[in-house]
Amino acid sequence: MLLDSREPGGPADEAWSRAKKDYRLVGTSNRRKFTIIVVGTGLAGAGSAATLADLGYNVISVTYHDAPRRAHSVAAQGGINAARAKKVDNDSVSRFVKDTVKGGDFRGREREAFRLAEVSAGVIDHLNAIGVPFAREYGGSLNTRSFGGVQVSRTYYTRGQTGQQLQVAAASDLARQVNAGRVKQYVRHEMVDLVVEDGRAQGVIVRNLLTGELKPLLGHAVVLATGGYGNIYYRSTLAKNSNASAAWRAHRRGAHMAMPSFIQFHPTALPISTEWQSKTILMSESLRNDGRIWVPKEPGDSRPANDIPEGERDYYLERKYPAFGNLTPRDVASRAAKDVIDAGHGVGPLKNSVYLDFRDAIARLGRDEIAARYGNLFHMYDDATGEDPYTVPMRIAPGAHFTMGGLWTDYQLMTSIPGLFAAGEAGFGYHGANRLGANSLLSACVDGWFTIPNTVPDYLAGHLGKPVISEDSPAVTEALESSYSRFDRLLGIEGQTPPRDYHRRLGEVLYKGCGVTRSAEGLIAAIAKIRQIRSEFYEDLLIAGPVDRVNQELEYAGRVEDYLQLAEMLCVDAYDRDESCGAHFRVEHQTSGGEAKRDDESWAKISAWESRGWSDEPVFTRHTEPLEYEAVPLEVRDYR
Amino acid sequence: MKLTVKVWRQGTPADDGRFETRTVNDLEPSLSVLEMLDKMNDDIVKEGGDPVTFESDCREGICGACGILVNRRPHGPTPLTPACHQRLSSFNDGETVTIEPFRSGAYPVVKDLMVERSALVDVMDAGGHVQVAAGTAPDADTDRITYDTAELALDFAACIGCGACVAACPNGSANLYLGAKLAHLSMLPIPASERGMRADVMLAEADERFGPCSLHGECALVCPANIPLVAISYVNKERMRCALRGKND
Repeated sequence: MLLDSREPGGPADEAWSRAKKDYRLVGTSNRRKFTIIVVGTGLAGAGSAATLADLGYNVISVTYHDAPRRAHSVAAQGGINAARAKKVDNDSVSRFVKDTVKGGDFRGREREAFRLAEVSAGVIDHLNAIGVPFAREYGGSLNTRSFGGVQVSRTYYTRGQTGQQLQVAAASDLARQVNAGRVKQYVRHEMVDLVVEDGRAQGVIVRNLLTGELKPLLGHAVVLATGGYGNIYYRSTLAKNSNASAAWRAHRRGAHMAMPSFIQFHPTALPISTEWQSKTILMSESLRNDGRIWVPKEPGDSRPANDIPEGERDYYLERKYPAFGNLTPRDVASRAAKDVIDAGHGVGPLKNSVYLDFRDAIARLGRDEIAARYGNLFHMYDDATGEDPYTVPMRIAPGAHFTMGGLWTDYQLMTSIPGLFAAGEAGFGYHGANRLGANSLLSACVDGWFTIPNTVPDYLAGHLGKPVISEDSPAVTEALESSYSRFDRLLGIEGQTPPRDYHRRLGEVLYKGCGVTRSAEGLIAAIAKIRQIRSEFYEDLLIAGPVDRVNQELEYAGRVEDYLQLAEMLCVDAYDRDESCGAHFRVEHQTSGGEAKRDDESWAKISAWESRGWSDEPVFTRHTEPLEYEAVPLEVRDYR
Repeated sequence: MKLTVKVWRQGTPADDGRFETRTVNDLEPSLSVLEMLDKMNDDIVKEGGDPVTFESDCREGICGACGILVNRRPHGPTPLTPACHQRLSSFNDGETVTIEPFRSGAYPVVKDLMVERSALVDVMDAGGHVQVAAGTAPDADTDRITYDTAELALDFAACIGCGACVAACPNGSANLYLGAKLAHLSMLPIPASERGMRADVMLAEADERFGPCSLHGECALVCPANIPLVAISYVNKERMRCALRGKND
C-alpha cells in the first residue's frame, strides 16, 4: 500500500507557510470544548502541551517522571541548530535543508526539513524569551558553534548543558499552564495502551506508578511525545527509563512504525569498561570541534597514549575526510571508529575505543580557553573514568543513541491512526537515515511549540460537537481489560530470571546483529536469537516485589516485553532495506573505498510497518511512501 | 572489591523503616554507587526478595532524579557530584557504607530510598516561569546580554532540581534552589520584567513548604551543579525588592 504523506504541493520552500494558510481553525470560544492528551514532557511534549493550553484547549499531560523537568531532552548537551544566517559564513535556510537532507542520506522528507529550517529562528527567540541563557559574544549578541556534517556555524548553545537549559525552560512553560489550571498534570503515570474507538485515537490507559492502579484518560486527540527507543540496546546513551512502550503499544493498535532500523550510533560515547556498567555516557559532539581523533598506527600498540610519537598516530578521520575531518557526520565517524577498532587499532583495557585528544588544542588555545568551552564535559569524563582529559586523551567509542525511525506520521505529524499524533523523537520525519548533531533539540522544539499547535487544531476542527467518549465505552473497557491481563500474565509467569537479564541479552544480540554495520546473514541470526529470548522470557520471567506499590521490576518487565517485539521488527526492517544509507550500513552494499552505497532506484522510499499475530509468529507488512527531492537533488554523499 | 551496605528499607510511607545489612561482592572501583545498588538488587531478586527501590534516570548527572544519603551525606563523599557519578573508588575494600533516603520534612519517603520531592516542583510551578507565548517573542539578538551576564545567569541556571540542598540543610530550607532560580531569571531582560510577581508567589509557596535559611551553608557543599552559595542572598534581595517596590516588575 502507498501511504499518503499529505504534504502541501507547490514549491518545497513555501510548503509550511502554505500548509499553515490552509489549516482549519477552531474558534477561540470552541477550544475549551476539546481535550487533548499529551504523553511525555520533554521538549516536544512540554512545548505542545503548554502551547495548546495557551491557545485555550483543555490539556492532560502525562509523564512517568516525578517532575516534567526530568524528561530526557535534559541530556542533549551540545546545542540547537537554527538557520538564522546572521553571520557572513554564508548560512541560509536552503543550506540548512541541504545539510540536513544530505546528512540523512536522502531518506528523510525534504519538505519537513524546510519546516525545521524555517521555524528555527523563532524557536531560538522563544527559548531566549522564556529564560534560556544562550551563550553570548562579549558585545551581547548570540554566539554559535559548529557540529558534524556542517561547514558553517549554526549551533546555539549554553556551555555543555543546552538540553538541560531548554528542558528546564520548557518545563517552566508547561508549569505556567499547570499553575493557571489549563493543564491537568499526571506525574508518575505511564501510558500502557491506546484507546481507539470509531477508528480514532480517543484516549490512553495509564498506570499509576505509585499504586499500580490502571485508569483511562480520554480526549479528542492524543499526542505521543515519548522519545526514542535507543535503550533497546541495553547499554545506550539514553536515560535508563527511556523506553519504546508508548509508541509500541500505539503500533500494536495500528500505528505504522517507520524505518525502525534507522538508529544512530553516537561516535563520542564513553566505552564500556566493566560488566556492571549500566550505560554508555555521552560526551557532546561539540568536543570534535577542538579534539582530534586518532589511534596508534601499529595494531595492538599498548603504550600509554602520551608515549606514542606523532609519526605513529593515525588521525584517520582527517586522513580519510580532509574537508570535514573530525567533524564528519556521526554515521561516518562511528563507522570509521568501528573499522579501526575491528582492525586491531582499538585502545583502552578492552581495546574497544579510540582517542579524542585535546593536546594540540590546549597548546594552541591554552588550558583556560578549553576549560571555558568544555569544562563541564571534562569534569564529567574525569568523574566517569578517573582520568584527567587535560593531560591524557579521552577514550570514546560508538554507542547506541538517537532513533531516526519511529511512528510513521504524515506532514501534519498524524500517525496512521486518525487523532494520534507523534512529536519529537517518537516520530520519524526529519532526519532520514542519520541525524545531524544539534538537529534533535530543534526538531523537538519545532514540533512542540510550532507544528502540533497548528496541526492538531486542523484535525479537531472536523470534530466539533463530538463529546469525549465515556469511561464505559467498549473500547475503553477492552483496553483496560487487555492492560490488566497483560500485567497479570507477566506476574503469573513466576520464573527465575529478572527482566534485566533478558534486556542485557537482547542488547548484545542487537549490537552484534543490527549495530553500526549489518549483514543479511547477521540479521537472520539475530531474529532467531530474539525469538529464542522472547520465548524464554514468557517461560522464566521473575518479577520481584509488591504489585500494589511502587514496583520498578514490573515496570521494567513491561518495557522489556515491548523491546522483545520491537527488536524483531527492527531486524526485519534492516534486512528488508537491502541497501546502505546513513546509519544503516549493510556490508553487502559498499563502494570499493568502504563507503555506504545507496540504491535510489529501489529504496528512495519510506518503509512503514504494520505487524500482527504476536501471540504466535508475527506477520509483518510493509507499506511504502516514495521520497522525492526537489530542492536538494539526489547525489552521492561525499565528505571528502 | 567488596562492600558491606547498610541500606534503609521502608515498605510504605506509613511504615517505620529499618536498616538492612548486606554484603555486595565482585565490585569494581569504577562503578557508581547506583550501579552498586543495581548489583545488590540483582542479588536480592535472585534470592527471592524485594529489591531496594531508588530513583535514577539519565545517570549523567543532569536529570536530577537520583539522590540518596551515602554515609549521611547527600549524594555521597565526593563534593559537587551527583549520586550517579559517585564512584566506589571513594571507599576502601570491605568498608561499611550506609545508604538512606534524603532526610527532610519536605520529602516524605515513598518506598526504601525513594522520596516525594513535589514540594520543589510546587515552588517552581507557582511562579518560576516567564509569560511569553510561542510566536510572540522578539528577536533574541535585540536585547543584548553581555557575555558576563549570560555566564553568571548560567551559573545559577545550572540547578538540576535534585533537592540535595534541602536534604543537607539542618533547617530544611530550599533557599539555594529558590535563590538560584530567582537569580537566573533576574539577570535576563525579558524574564526580569516579571521579577516582583515571581518573587512574591514563589516565596509565599516556599515559606509554607520549607524551613527558613539561617546561613549554615551546608547546601552549597553538596550541590552537584555547583550553585554558588551567594544564590541564597537572592532570596532576601528579591523579597526586599518586591516589598519596597510593591509592583510586579
